[in-house]
Amino acid sequence: MSTKMINIKDLCVWFGEGQQRTQVLKNINLQIARGESFGLVGESGSGKSTILRTAMGLVEDYSGEISIDGINTRTGDYKALIRCAQMLFQDPYASLHPRFTVGQAITEVMKINAIDNHQQKMVDLLLSIGLTAEHQYRYPHELSGGQRQRVALARSLALEPDVLLLDEPTSALDASIQAEMLNLLNKLKQSLGLTYIIVSHDIAVVSYMCDRFAVMSQGKVVEILSREQLRSGDIQCEYTQKLIAASEY
Amino acid sequence: MNKAKELDTPLQSLGQARRAQLLKFWHRFKRNKLGLLGLGISITLVLLAIFAPLLATHDPYEPALYERLTAPGAEFWLGSDELGRDIYTRILYGTRLTLFIVLLVILTSAPIGLLIGASSGFFGGWVDKVLMRITDIFLSIPKLMLALAFVAALGPGIVNAAIAITLTAWPPYARLARAETLAIRKSDYISAIRLAGASRFRIIFRHIVPMCMSSVIVRMTFDMAGIILIAAGLGFIGLGAQPPLPEWGAMISVGRKFIFDQWWVAAMPGIAIFVVSLGFNLLGDALRDLLDPHLRNR
Amino acid sequence: MSDVLAEISNLQISFKDENGVLRPAVRNLSLTLGREKLGIVGESGSGKSLTGRALVGVLPSGAHVSADRLVFDGVDLQKCSSKERRHLRGNRMGMILQDPKYSLNPIMPVGKQIIEALRVSKKMSKAKARDAVYQILEAVQIRDVQRVFKLYPHEVSGGMAQRIMIAMMLVREPDLLIADEPTSALDVTVQLSVLEILETLVEKRNMGLILISHDLGLVNHFCDRVLVMYAGRVVEELQANKLYEAKHPYTQGLLNCMPSINGSLGPLPVLDRDPNWLN
Repeated sequence: MSTKMINIKDLCVWFGEGQQRTQVLKNINLQIARGESFGLVGESGSGKSTILRTAMGLVEDYSGEISIDGINTRTGDYKALIRCAQMLFQDPYASLHPRFTVGQAITEVMKINAIDNHQQKMVDLLLSIGLTAEHQYRYPHELSGGQRQRVALARSLALEPDVLLLDEPTSALDASIQAEMLNLLNKLKQSLGLTYIIVSHDIAVVSYMCDRFAVMSQGKVVEILSREQLRSGDIQCEYTQKLIAASEY
Repeated sequence: MNKAKELDTPLQSLGQARRAQLLKFWHRFKRNKLGLLGLGISITLVLLAIFAPLLATHDPYEPALYERLTAPGAEFWLGSDELGRDIYTRILYGTRLTLFIVLLVILTSAPIGLLIGASSGFFGGWVDKVLMRITDIFLSIPKLMLALAFVAALGPGIVNAAIAITLTAWPPYARLARAETLAIRKSDYISAIRLAGASRFRIIFRHIVPMCMSSVIVRMTFDMAGIILIAAGLGFIGLGAQPPLPEWGAMISVGRKFIFDQWWVAAMPGIAIFVVSLGFNLLGDALRDLLDPHLRNR
Repeated sequence: MSDVLAEISNLQISFKDENGVLRPAVRNLSLTLGREKLGIVGESGSGKSLTGRALVGVLPSGAHVSADRLVFDGVDLQKCSSKERRHLRGNRMGMILQDPKYSLNPIMPVGKQIIEALRVSKKMSKAKARDAVYQILEAVQIRDVQRVFKLYPHEVSGGMAQRIMIAMMLVREPDLLIADEPTSALDVTVQLSVLEILETLVEKRNMGLILISHDLGLVNHFCDRVLVMYAGRVVEELQANKLYEAKHPYTQGLLNCMPSINGSLGPLPVLDRDPNWLN
């Protein structure tokens, strides 16, 4: 078992076709250790979510290499990849199928992957993320934003992955709900031994959750910092300074 | 208002959850009075078709030449036709033919259109191009003309009429399903189910098609009115149901000869067509107000 | 002109739920606004936006409004005809919404839109209007005004679009500006500069400002006074620079639950919602 969980080498990503084809990520190199929480901070359009989507095979036009737990995301076994890594989307109002009850949404994932005893496991999952067994019969529109995001989290945990890629997991939530969600994520990480990549525009959230993070701007990683460096003000990049200033009024 | 809703009544099963949703839907539907009227007409149509033999006062086929072209009255509630058959009874039996054609057309054209549209939208690329050009060709020919051509080729008759109408009725469903699919396919919940390893087949049938259903149902309800009219049109020009079947369009066609002196022969089936297609349209309007994703949030 | 710009007393706004029962979204809300910067803070569903909208008169359809007083600069808004309210909206009140992309006309160059906005409320020649628009665009710190003037809304960035929106509202010289989450759709690094521009202009023109936001820190930074709303009620009113002396457990909870760069790494304090807050 290597200590490197995620390895991103020379990743370049393009959007669009023909003349419209534009490069949105430029030569990204990141190594993330097993059990680490790694953050990606930057403004919208800096390409931070694109890294996660590419790692999960949702983006096809890319060069370079991504491997998660030794599985190459381009050439490796997709079934093995998704059982190793899952993703949580930003908008809890868009990430749950409106016609599936909470229980169906979660068991559907297990059925596809031929996991037995899915009814019981689904209930256990709901309990572990702070909902009740009764919630399994609810449709998404009957839940609040925070509850939906919990359900989405339960669904991404249904395949018992080792890695969770979190795309702005709390930016659509109120501050008080954000606190509950962040606490829950930390608790799960402890109990399940997960590895996180957390994308956020909020440097305070990232510094609270992550030991190390990359600052991104216009498709490039401009700086990789540890929490200690951030706290002691050991910062090289002007853009990082700006982000910090913006969070401290 | 995204405040956490209280879980008012605890639910114990999936069936209960679905029933609760249906009940809620019914409560919202109930407020539209015209929609209720449309639903009432549609249900009445079905009941009349089922219980036609019980409700009939005469035999729909037995001629009684000495009583031909009798005006509406106590014996013949809606009058009699040129062979002395009771128009009320024939209209009653006609509901069966009407429903048969409508259901046959809807149950074949909607799934065909849905499948073509959803695949087209989901796969994109050349699949999309080929399927959509075929759809365009069908759409570019007027419906009745195309149906006429098919019936002419297949031979007149009620089943052939239904097949012909199906061949003209599916393209709008394909267009609709494709548009919906294009909007849905990039959504996070489809991405999420892809990340769960679902096959394309499963994504289309279990996750995309149910999302297209509400617009398809609305379209279907509106289409029923149109199908009745086309079926009647085919019957009218003698290419649909053949005599002595009591098809409404064919009945009007016969009544045409007497329209100035014995108006009821043509008018009664005409009124039947009018009422039923109005009913379907009202129902469709009400469903659209509730189901159409573009109107829903207003 | 009096010192009191707007006065609301005992405002109630309710909506019918799916069973047709009226559910209050704002209850017993009273506030008085002078030529000052007032912040309204609360989480989603607290009724903060509805309060602002009630003042401007752009509530969503289906809203049932009642109030003992709803007065803007001596005019009783409840007795106004819709024409008078429209006139007030066009000339004396302005509203800036969260996403500028939805508020700008996508098929008209931004310069022309601002001129239109100006000429609707004030009769003036085209040339004069153009000068005024150039000035206001410079005031919201748009460099290269000549070029931006001709751009369409989709050709400008979010931060730029929101500054254009601010220019469009301010060019009519309203007495009251209501900004509903004006910077939430913008990048954090742009947020501050946009708000600073807004603040300076409001101060310079001696206008009243209501800044509606979910972000306590932000409001604290820019306003003179802050109302904290919870479930349709005002639970606390504070002088902005004394925000950290807040007494109400809800306000304290909101302040404490935010992670900070130098904060503790232990579990974040979570809000315990006490049903007694609703009494």
